[in-house]
Amino acid sequence: MTLPNLSVRVRKTRRGTAATFFLLDVQLEIPSGISILFGPSGAGKSTLLDCIAGLTQPDAGQIAIGEHTIFDSEKRLNTPPQLRQIAYVFQSLALFPHLTVESNVAYGLALLPEQPRNERISEILKIFRVEQFRQRKPPELSGGEQQRVALARSLVTEPLVLLLDEPLTGLDAELKGSIIDDLRTWNAAHKIPILYVTHSRDEVDALGERMVALDGGKIVSEGTPREVLEAPRRRRLAQAAGFENLLTGTVVDLREPDGVMRVRLAGAACEIEVPLGHAAPGDRVRLAIRAGDILLATQPPQGLSARNVLEGTIASIEHRGILVIARVDCGLSFTVHLTPGAQRALELVADKKVWLVLKTHSCHLVEG
Amino acid sequence: MNIEALLLSVRLALCVSAILFLIGVPLAYWLAYSRRRWKFLLEAMVALPLVLPPTVLGFYMLLAMGPRGPLGKLWNAAFGHGLAFTFAGLVIASVLYSFPFAVQPLVASFETIDRKLLDASAVLGASRVRTFRRIIWPLSLPGIITALVLSFAHTLGEFGVVLMVGGNLPGVTRTVSIDIYDRAQSLDYVGANRTAFLLLVISFLVLSGVYGLNRRAGRRAWAAWPPR
Repeated sequence: MTLPNLSVRVRKTRRGTAATFFLLDVQLEIPSGISILFGPSGAGKSTLLDCIAGLTQPDAGQIAIGEHTIFDSEKRLNTPPQLRQIAYVFQSLALFPHLTVESNVAYGLALLPEQPRNERISEILKIFRVEQFRQRKPPELSGGEQQRVALARSLVTEPLVLLLDEPLTGLDAELKGSIIDDLRTWNAAHKIPILYVTHSRDEVDALGERMVALDGGKIVSEGTPREVLEAPRRRRLAQAAGFENLLTGTVVDLREPDGVMRVRLAGAACEIEVPLGHAAPGDRVRLAIRAGDILLATQPPQGLSARNVLEGTIASIEHRGILVIARVDCGLSFTVHLTPGAQRALELVADKKVWLVLKTHSCHLVEG
Repeated sequence: MNIEALLLSVRLALCVSAILFLIGVPLAYWLAYSRRRWKFLLEAMVALPLVLPPTVLGFYMLLAMGPRGPLGKLWNAAFGHGLAFTFAGLVIASVLYSFPFAVQPLVASFETIDRKLLDASAVLGASRVRTFRRIIWPLSLPGIITALVLSFAHTLGEFGVVLMVGGNLPGVTRTVSIDIYDRAQSLDYVGANRTAFLLLVISFLVLSGVYGLNRRAGRRAWAAWPPR
């Protein structure tokens, strides 16, 4: 049996004021397995899913599952969402609040005779570990249980494609991991294309097979999550991917044999060494550095392999759960993440003099 | 107390509520979910009886139902008699007059249903009819009851339109409110008071029922009407 891919080519403009004007223009091929759709909010992720599900009509394009076309603007073909056999789990889950878990799951099986219907329901409730809640109503369930029921309700219909719009938002990493494992188990048997929207790093790490990055309505990067995230080519994407520090600078010189170039940072009288990119001396470039990739020292560090050391003072310290966020002023402001233990050990407080250590390969060149 | 008038009023109110329900549900569905630009015009038309003096509405209805009016001519062709000063004429006029009281609570309760539930229903393969039956109907049931009760109560208490269109024929168009007016005019204050007091009690009970129901459900979803 050949497994049908989902192929999508859509253009969709949303008219409105200049601020809300929006053009979605993408071409995608989603193979069987989980593909992550990643991008900052407003990038067009939900609009794209709505187009695929048939809840929004694209201005132009073609959508097909394998050989079977479900939308074609030229042939004026637009299969209604009811007949597309595409399952869609919304961020809000949209469980029917007045129906029991069992009736919610049975909702998409109206055409099936009673016995096979009950078998399918029991089977899917078992896979997603929510059998014991059969007779409960969604408002009586916890967030994680509701998310499991929403997945069960969508997948019991044995769809050809599954769309997930941030279905696990608000769960802790462990719970997410276990739900993702159950989803994988289900898809090991069904092997359908799954398009999974998220901008959460721990979900990306847990899902990680294929990733498509969308920004400003266009696909900006495609590949493994590592390829997409480690080399963000766009500034907004970089921010979404957790690069807290975005700096601009001017290329001073290229050292091609070493695979590096030196960049003078705008706003600070210092130069740092970064990986060689497509740039010539004098070009302005943008750099992205994760807050967690920067080391802090309270004395001038010595004997390090890291090539970049910047002197500065701590402007502020902020505690956020198990994360300590330090803002360091080196002429320009850096954000550094550290653990509460490290903060206590180094006695880091505002106005303390520190040195920042940046590895060359932690400095990523970004476009735009 | 004039039992005949009271029974007539109840019969009228029941007929009007039933007709308003049959027309109001599809219309409210359209008003709640359509994205047409000119929707507001229809919304304004539905709300018109709220601000119009009943005599204005009654006057135009009387013209339309008269022997030379379009409605009157149509009715005459179909049934061989006029429409003005008949029970049927009264029903038609009352339906128009109580329109907003049925449609607005329905629209309000349809609109408060999360659109994503309707999308989810469609994606799960349900037709519009099935979505209405399984999702919209049960979730807006309190709003539907509110609409029925309000159209009943409002029709029961109307006066101006009835007087203009129906006149004052015992057993045919003399409703309780007309009866009260008659008695007050002929200085029968005791008789007027008996009927008036009964109407007051009925109206109060009906409205307490609606507000109490709204409170019990404790949700804003369909508490949008009556306005607080």
